[in-house]
Amino acid sequence: MKEIAIRLNGEVRRVAVAPNETLLDVLRAKLGVKTPKEGCGRGDCGACTVLLDGKAVRSCLILAIEVDGQSVVTLEGVGKAGPTALQKAFVKNNVFQCGFCAPGVILSASALLVEKPQPSEHDVREALAGNLCRCTGYAPIVATVLAVAKKSAKKKPASRRARS
Amino acid sequence: MSIAHEFDYAKPASLKEALALLARPVPGGAVSLAGGTDLVAWLRDGAVSPGRLVDLKGLAELRGIRLKGGKLWIGAAATFAEIIASPLVKRHAPLLVESSGLVASVGVRNRATIGGNVCSAVPCCDSGPTLLVHEAVVHVATPRGQKRIPMKQWFLGPRRTALAKGGIVLGFSLPLAKHAGAFAKLKRYRGEDLAQASVGVRVDAKGVWRVAYGSVAPTPIRGPKVERLLKGVKKPDAALLKKAVALAEAEVAPITDIRSSDIYRRLMVGVMLKRAVRLAAARLAGRGPAYGINVMEEDAQ
Ligand SMILES: Cc1cc2nc3c(=O)[nH]c(=O)nc-3n(C[C@@H](O)[C@@H](O)[C@H](O)COP(=O)(O)OP(=O)(O)OC[C@H]3O[C@@H](n4cnc5c(N)ncnc54)[C@H](O)[C@@H]3O)c2cc1C
Ligand code: FES
Ligand code: FES
Repeated sequence: MKEIAIRLNGEVRRVAVAPNETLLDVLRAKLGVKTPKEGCGRGDCGACTVLLDGKAVRSCLILAIEVDGQSVVTLEGVGKAGPTALQKAFVKNNVFQCGFCAPGVILSASALLVEKPQPSEHDVREALAGNLCRCTGYAPIVATVLAVAKKSAKKKPASRRARS
Repeated sequence: MSIAHEFDYAKPASLKEALALLARPVPGGAVSLAGGTDLVAWLRDGAVSPGRLVDLKGLAELRGIRLKGGKLWIGAAATFAEIIASPLVKRHAPLLVESSGLVASVGVRNRATIGGNVCSAVPCCDSGPTLLVHEAVVHVATPRGQKRIPMKQWFLGPRRTALAKGGIVLGFSLPLAKHAGAFAKLKRYRGEDLAQASVGVRVDAKGVWRVAYGSVAPTPIRGPKVERLLKGVKKPDAALLKKAVALAEAEVAPITDIRSSDIYRRLMVGVMLKRAVRLAAARLAGRGPAYGINVMEEDAQ
Protein backbone atom coordinates (compact mmCIF):
# COMPACT_ATOMS: atom_id res chain seq x y z
CA MET A 1 0.00 0.00 0.00
CA LYS A 2 1.12 3.51 -0.79
CA GLU A 3 -0.56 6.78 0.12
CA ILE A 4 -1.28 8.93 -2.91
CA ALA A 5 -2.70 12.44 -3.04
CA ILE A 6 -4.98 13.50 -5.87
CA ARG A 7 -6.88 16.69 -6.43
CA LEU A 8 -10.37 15.24 -6.85
CA ASN A 9 -13.00 17.69 -8.07
CA GLY A 10 -10.96 20.53 -6.63
CA GLU A 11 -10.27 19.00 -3.21
CA VAL A 12 -7.02 17.27 -2.21
CA ARG A 13 -7.78 13.70 -1.19
CA ARG A 14 -5.29 11.23 0.29
CA VAL A 15 -5.86 7.52 -0.02
CA ALA A 16 -3.83 4.34 0.45
CA VAL A 17 -3.76 2.20 -2.69
CA ALA A 18 -2.20 -1.07 -3.79
CA PRO A 19 -0.38 -1.02 -7.18
CA ASN A 20 -2.98 -3.32 -8.74
CA GLU A 21 -5.98 -1.07 -8.00
CA THR A 22 -7.35 0.80 -11.00
CA LEU A 23 -8.26 4.47 -10.74
CA LEU A 24 -11.87 3.50 -11.47
CA ASP A 25 -11.99 1.07 -8.53
CA VAL A 26 -10.38 3.53 -6.14
CA LEU A 27 -12.73 6.36 -7.16
CA ARG A 28 -15.80 4.20 -6.70
CA ALA A 29 -14.87 2.00 -3.73
CA LYS A 30 -12.53 4.18 -1.68
CA LEU A 31 -13.37 7.77 -2.56
CA GLY A 32 -17.14 7.43 -2.82
CA VAL A 33 -17.37 8.88 -6.31
CA LYS A 34 -19.92 6.81 -8.18
CA THR A 35 -20.55 8.52 -11.51
CA PRO A 36 -17.66 6.83 -13.37
CA LYS A 37 -19.10 3.45 -14.39
CA GLU A 38 -17.51 0.20 -15.38
CA GLY A 39 -18.95 -0.84 -18.73
CA CYS A 40 -16.39 -2.93 -20.58
CA GLY A 41 -13.30 -2.64 -18.38
CA ARG A 42 -11.09 -2.63 -21.47
CA GLY A 43 -11.09 0.85 -22.94
CA ASP A 44 -13.88 0.40 -25.47
CA CYS A 45 -16.99 2.04 -24.02
CA GLY A 46 -16.03 5.28 -22.27
CA ALA A 47 -18.40 4.79 -19.31
CA CYS A 48 -15.43 5.15 -16.94
CA THR A 49 -14.26 8.47 -18.46
CA VAL A 50 -12.72 11.01 -16.08
CA LEU A 51 -10.72 14.17 -16.78
CA LEU A 52 -7.07 13.71 -15.81
CA ASP A 53 -5.33 17.11 -15.74
CA GLY A 54 -8.19 18.31 -17.96
CA LYS A 55 -8.02 15.50 -20.53
CA ALA A 56 -10.64 12.78 -21.03
CA VAL A 57 -9.12 9.37 -20.21
CA ARG A 58 -10.26 5.81 -19.43
CA SER A 59 -10.05 5.27 -15.66
CA CYS A 60 -10.44 1.49 -16.10
CA LEU A 61 -7.04 1.34 -17.84
CA ILE A 62 -5.15 3.57 -15.40
CA LEU A 63 -3.67 2.43 -12.11
CA ALA A 64 -4.56 4.72 -9.20
CA ILE A 65 -0.91 4.79 -8.15
CA GLU A 66 0.01 6.35 -11.52
CA VAL A 67 -1.97 9.53 -10.92
CA ASP A 68 -0.35 10.53 -7.61
CA GLY A 69 -0.17 14.34 -7.56
CA GLN A 70 -2.52 14.85 -10.52
CA SER A 71 -5.97 16.39 -10.83
CA VAL A 72 -9.04 14.24 -11.48
CA VAL A 73 -12.47 15.59 -12.36
CA THR A 74 -15.57 13.42 -12.43
CA LEU A 75 -19.14 14.40 -13.16
CA GLU A 76 -19.55 15.26 -9.46
CA GLY A 77 -17.01 18.06 -10.06
CA VAL A 78 -18.60 19.33 -13.25
CA GLY A 79 -21.99 19.82 -11.65
CA LYS A 80 -20.67 21.05 -8.31
CA ALA A 81 -22.16 24.53 -8.54
CA GLY A 82 -25.35 23.32 -10.19
CA PRO A 83 -25.85 21.81 -13.65
CA THR A 84 -23.87 23.38 -16.50
CA ALA A 85 -25.54 24.73 -19.63
CA LEU A 86 -24.64 21.48 -21.36
CA GLN A 87 -26.19 19.33 -18.64
CA LYS A 88 -29.36 21.44 -18.65
CA ALA A 89 -29.64 21.10 -22.41
CA PHE A 90 -29.12 17.33 -22.25
CA VAL A 91 -31.98 17.09 -19.73
CA LYS A 92 -34.23 19.42 -21.70
CA ASN A 93 -33.69 17.47 -24.94
CA ASN A 94 -34.13 14.14 -23.18
CA VAL A 95 -30.95 12.78 -24.77
CA PHE A 96 -30.38 9.96 -22.28
CA GLN A 97 -32.57 7.01 -21.36
CA CYS A 98 -30.88 4.68 -18.85
CA GLY A 99 -28.12 7.24 -18.25
CA PHE A 100 -25.26 4.74 -17.92
CA CYS A 101 -23.22 6.49 -20.61
CA ALA A 102 -24.17 10.00 -19.45
CA PRO A 103 -21.24 10.81 -17.10
CA GLY A 104 -18.72 9.81 -19.77
CA VAL A 105 -20.54 11.64 -22.54
CA ILE A 106 -20.85 14.82 -20.48
CA LEU A 107 -17.16 14.76 -19.49
CA SER A 108 -15.94 14.09 -23.04
CA ALA A 109 -18.19 16.80 -24.45
CA SER A 110 -17.19 19.27 -21.71
CA ALA A 111 -13.48 18.67 -22.40
CA LEU A 112 -14.11 19.26 -26.11
CA LEU A 113 -15.94 22.54 -25.48
CA VAL A 114 -13.09 23.80 -23.30
CA GLU A 115 -10.52 22.90 -25.97
CA LYS A 116 -12.64 24.00 -28.91
CA PRO A 117 -15.58 26.20 -27.92
CA GLN A 118 -16.94 26.20 -31.49
CA PRO A 119 -16.59 22.62 -32.71
CA SER A 120 -17.80 21.31 -36.05
CA GLU A 121 -20.15 18.33 -36.20
CA HIS A 122 -17.13 16.22 -37.16
CA ASP A 123 -15.27 17.42 -34.05
CA VAL A 124 -18.22 16.47 -31.82
CA ARG A 125 -18.58 13.02 -33.38
CA GLU A 126 -14.83 12.47 -33.07
CA ALA A 127 -14.76 13.56 -29.40
CA LEU A 128 -17.67 11.24 -28.57
CA ALA A 129 -16.69 8.29 -30.80
CA GLY A 130 -15.35 6.43 -27.78
CA ASN A 131 -18.45 6.95 -25.64
CA LEU A 132 -20.89 4.20 -26.49
CA CYS A 133 -24.60 4.67 -25.83
CA ARG A 134 -26.78 1.59 -26.20
CA CYS A 135 -30.11 3.39 -25.68
CA THR A 136 -30.71 6.66 -27.44
CA GLY A 137 -28.63 6.81 -30.56
CA TYR A 138 -26.17 9.60 -31.08
CA ALA A 139 -28.09 12.16 -33.14
CA PRO A 140 -29.74 14.00 -30.21
CA ILE A 141 -26.49 13.98 -28.20
CA VAL A 142 -24.47 15.48 -31.07
CA ALA A 143 -27.18 18.02 -31.93
CA THR A 144 -27.38 19.17 -28.32
CA VAL A 145 -23.61 19.66 -27.95
CA LEU A 146 -23.62 21.72 -31.17
CA ALA A 147 -26.61 23.79 -30.05
CA VAL A 148 -25.01 24.57 -26.68
CA ALA A 149 -21.76 25.58 -28.39
CA LYS A 150 -23.63 27.86 -30.76
CA LYS A 151 -25.58 29.49 -27.95
CA SER A 152 -22.45 30.02 -25.87
CA ALA A 153 -20.77 31.82 -28.78
CA LYS A 154 -23.17 34.64 -27.98
CA LYS A 155 -22.59 34.37 -24.22
CA LYS A 156 -19.75 33.11 -22.05
CA PRO A 157 -18.07 29.70 -22.60
CA ALA A 158 -20.53 26.92 -21.73
CA SER A 159 -18.43 24.54 -19.74
CA ARG A 160 -15.68 26.47 -18.03
CA ARG A 161 -16.42 24.62 -14.84
CA ALA A 162 -15.30 21.31 -16.36
CA ARG A 163 -11.70 22.25 -15.60
CA SER A 164 -12.14 22.99 -11.84
CA MET B 1 -10.75 -6.13 -7.55
CA SER B 2 -10.38 -5.91 -11.25
CA ILE B 3 -6.71 -6.93 -11.34
CA ALA B 4 -6.24 -10.13 -9.35
CA HIS B 5 -2.50 -10.34 -9.81
CA GLU B 6 -0.21 -8.44 -7.40
CA PHE B 7 2.94 -6.59 -8.41
CA ASP B 8 5.28 -3.82 -7.31
CA TYR B 9 5.23 -0.39 -8.91
CA ALA B 10 8.15 2.00 -9.35
CA LYS B 11 8.38 5.34 -11.12
CA PRO B 12 12.08 6.06 -11.63
CA ALA B 13 13.23 9.63 -12.31
CA SER B 14 16.30 8.68 -14.36
CA LEU B 15 16.98 6.38 -17.28
CA LYS B 16 19.80 4.67 -15.39
CA GLU B 17 17.49 3.87 -12.49
CA ALA B 18 14.79 2.62 -14.89
CA LEU B 19 17.20 0.24 -16.64
CA ALA B 20 18.41 -1.04 -13.26
CA LEU B 21 14.83 -1.65 -12.10
CA LEU B 22 14.07 -3.56 -15.30
CA ALA B 23 17.24 -5.64 -14.90
CA ARG B 24 16.90 -6.43 -11.18
CA PRO B 25 15.44 -9.95 -10.83
CA VAL B 26 11.92 -10.30 -9.46
CA PRO B 27 9.57 -13.31 -9.64
CA GLY B 28 7.45 -12.83 -12.76
CA GLY B 29 9.91 -10.34 -14.23
CA ALA B 30 9.84 -6.56 -14.60
CA VAL B 31 8.06 -4.74 -17.46
CA SER B 32 7.82 -1.16 -18.64
CA LEU B 33 4.59 0.80 -18.27
CA ALA B 34 3.81 3.78 -20.51
CA GLY B 35 0.15 4.74 -21.11
CA GLY B 36 -1.10 1.34 -19.96
CA THR B 37 -3.79 1.08 -22.65
CA ASP B 38 -2.42 -2.33 -23.63
CA LEU B 39 -0.60 -3.37 -20.48
CA VAL B 40 -3.37 -2.63 -17.97
CA ALA B 41 -5.88 -4.40 -20.22
CA TRP B 42 -3.56 -7.46 -20.33
CA LEU B 43 -3.17 -7.32 -16.51
CA ARG B 44 -6.95 -7.23 -16.11
CA ASP B 45 -7.30 -10.22 -18.44
CA GLY B 46 -4.57 -12.11 -16.60
CA ALA B 47 -2.68 -12.41 -19.89
CA VAL B 48 0.53 -11.19 -18.23
CA SER B 49 1.68 -11.45 -14.61
CA PRO B 50 4.84 -9.39 -14.05
CA GLY B 51 6.32 -8.93 -10.59
CA ARG B 52 7.24 -5.29 -11.14
CA LEU B 53 5.92 -2.43 -13.26
CA VAL B 54 8.44 0.26 -14.13
CA ASP B 55 6.54 3.44 -15.03
CA LEU B 56 8.46 5.30 -17.76
CA LYS B 57 6.38 8.49 -17.51
CA GLY B 58 8.94 10.17 -15.25
CA LEU B 59 11.75 9.97 -17.82
CA ALA B 60 12.55 13.25 -19.58
CA GLU B 61 14.45 11.35 -22.33
CA LEU B 62 11.20 9.83 -23.63
CA ARG B 63 9.22 13.06 -23.82
CA GLY B 64 8.83 15.67 -26.49
CA ILE B 65 8.71 16.14 -30.24
CA ARG B 66 11.44 18.29 -31.80
CA LEU B 67 13.90 18.73 -34.65
CA LYS B 68 17.23 17.17 -33.73
CA GLY B 69 20.29 16.65 -35.95
CA GLY B 70 18.31 17.29 -39.13
CA LYS B 71 15.69 14.69 -38.20
CA LEU B 72 12.25 14.80 -36.64
CA TRP B 73 12.54 13.31 -33.14
CA ILE B 74 9.44 11.80 -31.56
CA GLY B 75 9.85 10.70 -27.96
CA ALA B 76 8.55 7.20 -27.18
CA ALA B 77 6.24 8.61 -24.51
CA ALA B 78 4.53 11.03 -26.93
CA THR B 79 0.82 10.26 -26.86
CA PHE B 80 -1.20 10.06 -30.07
CA ALA B 81 -3.04 13.21 -28.93
CA GLU B 82 0.29 15.07 -28.62
CA ILE B 83 1.40 13.81 -32.04
CA ILE B 84 -1.83 14.95 -33.71
CA ALA B 85 -1.54 18.40 -32.09
CA SER B 86 2.16 18.90 -32.92
CA PRO B 87 2.90 21.59 -35.54
CA LEU B 88 6.26 19.88 -36.23
CA VAL B 89 4.63 16.55 -37.04
CA LYS B 90 2.05 18.32 -39.18
CA ARG B 91 4.82 20.01 -41.15
CA HIS B 92 7.38 17.20 -41.48
CA ALA B 93 5.45 13.92 -41.13
CA PRO B 94 1.77 14.70 -41.75
CA LEU B 95 1.13 11.03 -42.54
CA LEU B 96 1.66 10.38 -38.85
CA VAL B 97 -1.14 12.84 -38.07
CA GLU B 98 -3.38 10.88 -40.41
CA SER B 99 -2.58 7.44 -38.97
CA SER B 100 -2.55 8.60 -35.33
CA GLY B 101 -5.96 10.23 -35.77
CA LEU B 102 -7.38 6.81 -36.65
CA VAL B 103 -6.11 5.10 -33.48
CA ALA B 104 -8.91 4.22 -31.07
CA SER B 105 -10.80 7.26 -29.70
CA VAL B 106 -9.89 10.53 -28.00
CA GLY B 107 -9.96 9.03 -24.48
CA VAL B 108 -7.44 6.35 -25.47
CA ARG B 109 -5.33 8.70 -27.63
CA ASN B 110 -4.89 11.05 -24.66
CA ARG B 111 -3.00 8.26 -22.90
CA ALA B 112 -1.68 5.74 -25.46
CA THR B 113 1.91 6.34 -26.60
CA ILE B 114 3.58 5.69 -29.94
CA GLY B 115 6.40 3.84 -28.14
CA GLY B 116 3.95 1.47 -26.48
CA ASN B 117 2.19 0.95 -29.81
CA VAL B 118 5.27 -0.38 -31.60
CA CYS B 119 6.47 -2.30 -28.51
CA SER B 120 3.15 -4.15 -28.28
CA ALA B 121 3.76 -4.97 -31.96
CA VAL B 122 0.36 -6.40 -32.80
CA PRO B 123 -0.09 -6.84 -36.59
CA CYS B 124 -2.77 -4.12 -36.68
CA CYS B 125 -0.78 -1.39 -34.89
CA ASP B 126 -1.49 1.81 -36.79
CA SER B 127 1.96 3.34 -36.24
CA GLY B 128 3.66 0.41 -37.97
CA PRO B 129 3.00 1.20 -41.65
CA THR B 130 3.63 4.93 -41.16
CA LEU B 131 6.98 4.49 -39.39
CA LEU B 132 7.98 1.88 -42.00
CA VAL B 133 7.38 4.17 -44.98
CA HIS B 134 9.24 6.97 -43.20
CA GLU B 135 12.18 4.57 -42.71
CA ALA B 136 12.27 5.73 -39.10
CA VAL B 137 15.00 4.61 -36.73
CA VAL B 138 14.13 3.30 -33.26
CA HIS B 139 16.47 4.59 -30.55
CA VAL B 140 16.83 2.08 -27.74
CA ALA B 141 18.59 2.20 -24.35
CA THR B 142 19.91 -0.99 -22.75
CA PRO B 143 22.13 -1.52 -19.70
CA ARG B 144 24.99 -2.01 -22.19
CA GLY B 145 24.46 1.28 -24.02
CA GLN B 146 22.27 2.84 -26.68
CA LYS B 147 21.37 1.27 -30.00
CA ARG B 148 19.65 2.35 -33.21
CA ILE B 149 17.39 -0.14 -34.92
CA PRO B 150 15.93 0.61 -38.38
CA MET B 151 12.15 0.18 -38.44
CA LYS B 152 12.55 -2.45 -41.15
CA GLN B 153 14.30 -4.71 -38.62
CA TRP B 154 12.02 -3.88 -35.71
CA PHE B 155 9.03 -6.25 -36.03
CA LEU B 156 9.98 -9.93 -35.70
CA GLY B 157 6.52 -11.47 -35.35
CA PRO B 158 3.18 -10.91 -33.65
CA ARG B 159 4.06 -9.21 -30.32
CA ARG B 160 7.77 -9.81 -30.97
CA THR B 161 10.27 -7.01 -31.60
CA ALA B 162 14.02 -6.50 -31.87
CA LEU B 163 14.01 -4.86 -28.40
CA ALA B 164 16.29 -6.81 -26.07
CA LYS B 165 14.78 -7.84 -22.73
CA GLY B 166 15.00 -4.95 -20.27
CA GLY B 167 15.54 -2.43 -23.06
CA ILE B 168 13.72 0.89 -23.25
CA VAL B 169 12.63 2.64 -26.43
CA LEU B 170 13.67 6.29 -26.16
CA GLY B 171 12.07 7.50 -29.35
CA PHE B 172 12.07 7.58 -33.13
CA SER B 173 13.98 9.69 -35.62
CA LEU B 174 12.44 10.38 -39.01
CA PRO B 175 14.53 11.68 -41.94
CA LEU B 176 13.30 14.99 -43.34
CA ALA B 177 12.49 15.30 -47.05
CA LYS B 178 9.80 16.85 -49.20
CA HIS B 179 7.14 14.20 -49.64
CA ALA B 180 3.44 13.44 -49.58
CA GLY B 181 1.57 10.47 -48.19
CA ALA B 182 -1.75 8.88 -47.33
CA PHE B 183 -2.99 6.35 -44.80
CA ALA B 184 -6.02 4.15 -45.42
CA LYS B 185 -7.60 2.14 -42.60
CA LEU B 186 -10.37 -0.38 -43.10
CA LYS B 187 -12.69 -0.78 -40.11
CA ARG B 188 -15.95 -2.62 -39.50
CA TYR B 189 -17.73 0.61 -38.60
CA ARG B 190 -17.05 4.30 -38.08
CA GLY B 191 -15.56 5.40 -34.80
CA GLU B 192 -13.05 3.28 -32.93
CA ASP B 193 -12.02 -0.08 -34.30
CA LEU B 194 -8.80 -1.98 -34.86
CA ALA B 195 -7.79 -2.23 -38.51
CA GLN B 196 -9.07 -5.06 -40.68
CA ALA B 197 -6.34 -3.86 -43.01
CA SER B 198 -4.28 -0.69 -43.39
CA VAL B 199 -2.10 0.79 -46.10
CA GLY B 200 0.41 3.62 -45.74
CA VAL B 201 2.10 5.21 -48.76
CA ARG B 202 4.73 7.91 -49.12
CA VAL B 203 6.05 9.49 -52.33
CA ASP B 204 8.90 11.97 -52.61
CA ALA B 205 9.64 14.72 -55.14
CA LYS B 206 11.46 12.23 -57.42
CA GLY B 207 8.51 9.89 -57.55
CA VAL B 208 10.07 7.27 -55.27
CA TRP B 209 7.24 5.40 -53.57
CA ARG B 210 7.26 3.58 -50.27
CA VAL B 211 4.37 1.34 -49.36
CA ALA B 212 3.53 -0.56 -46.16
CA TYR B 213 0.63 -2.74 -45.05
CA GLY B 214 -0.85 -3.50 -41.60
CA SER B 215 -3.08 -6.36 -40.42
CA VAL B 216 -2.35 -8.49 -43.48
CA ALA B 217 0.76 -10.37 -42.32
CA PRO B 218 2.23 -11.45 -38.96
CA THR B 219 3.69 -7.93 -38.64
CA PRO B 220 3.32 -4.63 -40.49
CA ILE B 221 5.33 -5.08 -43.73
CA ARG B 222 6.75 -3.07 -46.61
CA GLY B 223 5.48 -3.62 -50.17
CA PRO B 224 8.65 -3.87 -52.30
CA LYS B 225 6.95 -5.12 -55.47
CA VAL B 226 4.51 -2.22 -55.65
CA GLU B 227 7.33 0.19 -54.77
CA ARG B 228 9.44 -1.05 -57.72
CA LEU B 229 6.53 -0.86 -60.13
CA LEU B 230 5.63 2.73 -59.23
CA LYS B 231 9.22 4.02 -59.05
CA GLY B 232 9.69 7.34 -60.82
CA VAL B 233 6.00 7.86 -61.60
CA LYS B 234 4.63 10.80 -59.65
CA LYS B 235 1.11 10.37 -60.97
CA PRO B 236 0.38 6.73 -61.82
CA ASP B 237 -2.35 6.32 -64.47
CA ALA B 238 -5.20 3.82 -64.38
CA ALA B 239 -3.27 1.11 -66.24
CA LEU B 240 -0.31 1.30 -63.86
CA LEU B 241 -2.61 1.35 -60.83
CA LYS B 242 -4.30 -1.79 -62.07
CA LYS B 243 -0.94 -3.55 -62.12
CA ALA B 244 -0.12 -2.16 -58.67
CA VAL B 245 -3.38 -3.52 -57.27
CA ALA B 246 -2.56 -7.02 -58.54
CA LEU B 247 0.92 -6.86 -57.02
CA ALA B 248 -0.45 -5.59 -53.70
CA GLU B 249 -2.93 -8.46 -53.51
CA ALA B 250 -0.06 -10.86 -54.16
CA GLU B 251 2.48 -9.43 -51.71
CA VAL B 252 0.31 -9.60 -48.56
CA ALA B 253 -0.36 -12.75 -46.50
CA PRO B 254 -3.56 -12.18 -44.52
CA ILE B 255 -5.32 -14.62 -42.21
CA THR B 256 -8.97 -15.03 -41.25
CA ASP B 257 -9.85 -13.81 -37.76
CA ILE B 258 -12.66 -12.18 -35.80
CA ARG B 259 -12.42 -8.95 -37.82
CA SER B 260 -12.50 -10.36 -41.35
CA SER B 261 -11.68 -13.19 -43.73
CA ASP B 262 -8.33 -13.54 -45.47
CA ILE B 263 -9.81 -13.08 -48.94
CA TYR B 264 -11.70 -9.92 -47.97
CA ARG B 265 -8.47 -8.46 -46.57
CA ARG B 266 -6.50 -9.39 -49.67
CA LEU B 267 -8.99 -7.83 -52.08
CA MET B 268 -9.51 -4.71 -49.97
CA VAL B 269 -5.75 -4.10 -49.78
CA GLY B 270 -5.86 -3.56 -53.55
CA VAL B 271 -8.71 -1.05 -53.27
CA MET B 272 -6.99 0.71 -50.40
CA LEU B 273 -3.67 0.92 -52.20
CA LYS B 274 -5.33 2.48 -55.22
CA ARG B 275 -7.09 5.13 -53.16
CA ALA B 276 -4.03 5.88 -51.03
CA VAL B 277 -1.73 6.22 -54.07
CA ARG B 278 -4.19 8.56 -55.82
CA LEU B 279 -4.52 10.68 -52.70
CA ALA B 280 -0.75 10.86 -52.12
CA ALA B 281 -0.16 11.76 -55.79
CA ALA B 282 -2.73 14.57 -55.53
CA ARG B 283 -1.15 15.86 -52.34
CA LEU B 284 2.32 15.77 -53.92
CA ALA B 285 0.94 17.98 -56.70
CA GLY B 286 -0.36 20.41 -54.07
CA ARG B 287 -3.97 19.29 -54.38
CA GLY B 288 -6.10 16.85 -52.43
CA PRO B 289 -7.69 17.10 -48.98
CA ALA B 290 -5.68 18.03 -45.88
CA TYR B 291 -4.20 15.24 -43.77
CA GLY B 292 -6.40 13.76 -41.08
CA ILE B 293 -8.96 11.85 -43.15
CA ASN B 294 -9.57 8.19 -43.91
CA VAL B 295 -9.92 7.47 -47.65
CA MET B 296 -11.96 4.40 -46.74
CA GLU B 297 -14.83 6.56 -45.49
CA GLU B 298 -17.21 7.66 -48.19
CA ASP B 299 -17.24 11.37 -47.36
CA ALA B 300 -13.45 11.48 -47.80
CA GLN B 301 -13.56 10.69 -51.51
C1 LIG C 1 -10.19 0.61 -26.82
C2 LIG C 1 -8.85 0.55 -27.48
C3 LIG C 1 -8.76 0.77 -28.83
C4 LIG C 1 -7.53 0.70 -29.48
N1 LIG C 1 -7.48 0.95 -30.82
C5 LIG C 1 -6.28 0.95 -31.45
C6 LIG C 1 -6.19 1.26 -32.84
O1 LIG C 1 -7.18 1.57 -33.49
N2 LIG C 1 -4.96 1.21 -33.43
C7 LIG C 1 -3.83 0.89 -32.74
O2 LIG C 1 -2.75 0.87 -33.32
N3 LIG C 1 -3.89 0.60 -31.42
C8 LIG C 1 -5.08 0.62 -30.77
N4 LIG C 1 -5.14 0.33 -29.43
C9 LIG C 1 -3.90 -0.05 -28.76
C10 LIG C 1 -3.08 1.17 -28.38
O3 LIG C 1 -3.80 1.97 -27.48
C11 LIG C 1 -1.79 0.69 -27.77
O4 LIG C 1 -1.06 -0.11 -28.67
C12 LIG C 1 -0.92 1.85 -27.27
O5 LIG C 1 -0.39 2.63 -28.31
C13 LIG C 1 0.18 1.30 -26.41
O6 LIG C 1 0.83 2.38 -25.78
P1 LIG C 1 0.74 2.57 -24.20
O7 LIG C 1 1.52 3.79 -23.92
O8 LIG C 1 -0.63 2.51 -23.72
O9 LIG C 1 1.60 1.27 -23.76
P2 LIG C 1 1.47 0.31 -22.52
O10 LIG C 1 0.17 -0.36 -22.48
O11 LIG C 1 1.93 1.02 -21.29
O12 LIG C 1 2.63 -0.74 -22.92
C14 LIG C 1 2.44 -1.60 -24.02
C15 LIG C 1 3.68 -2.51 -24.15
O13 LIG C 1 4.82 -1.78 -24.57
C16 LIG C 1 5.85 -1.82 -23.60
N5 LIG C 1 6.40 -0.46 -23.61
C17 LIG C 1 5.71 0.71 -23.59
N6 LIG C 1 6.54 1.76 -23.74
C18 LIG C 1 7.78 1.24 -23.86
C19 LIG C 1 9.07 1.83 -24.05
N7 LIG C 1 9.24 3.17 -24.18
N8 LIG C 1 10.15 1.01 -24.12
C20 LIG C 1 9.99 -0.34 -24.02
N9 LIG C 1 8.80 -0.95 -23.85
C21 LIG C 1 7.71 -0.17 -23.77
C22 LIG C 1 5.18 -2.26 -22.32
O14 LIG C 1 6.08 -2.96 -21.50
C23 LIG C 1 4.09 -3.16 -22.84
O15 LIG C 1 4.60 -4.44 -23.14
C24 LIG C 1 -6.36 0.40 -28.76
C25 LIG C 1 -6.44 0.21 -27.37
C26 LIG C 1 -7.67 0.29 -26.73
C27 LIG C 1 -7.73 0.07 -25.26
S1 FES D 1 -15.19 0.71 -18.60
FE1 FES D 1 -13.47 1.85 -19.18
S2 FES D 1 -13.82 2.12 -21.29
FE2 FES D 1 -15.41 0.77 -20.75
S1 FES E 1 -28.64 6.34 -22.26
FE1 FES E 1 -28.40 4.23 -21.88
S2 FES E 1 -26.39 3.91 -22.58
FE2 FES E 1 -26.71 5.92 -23.16
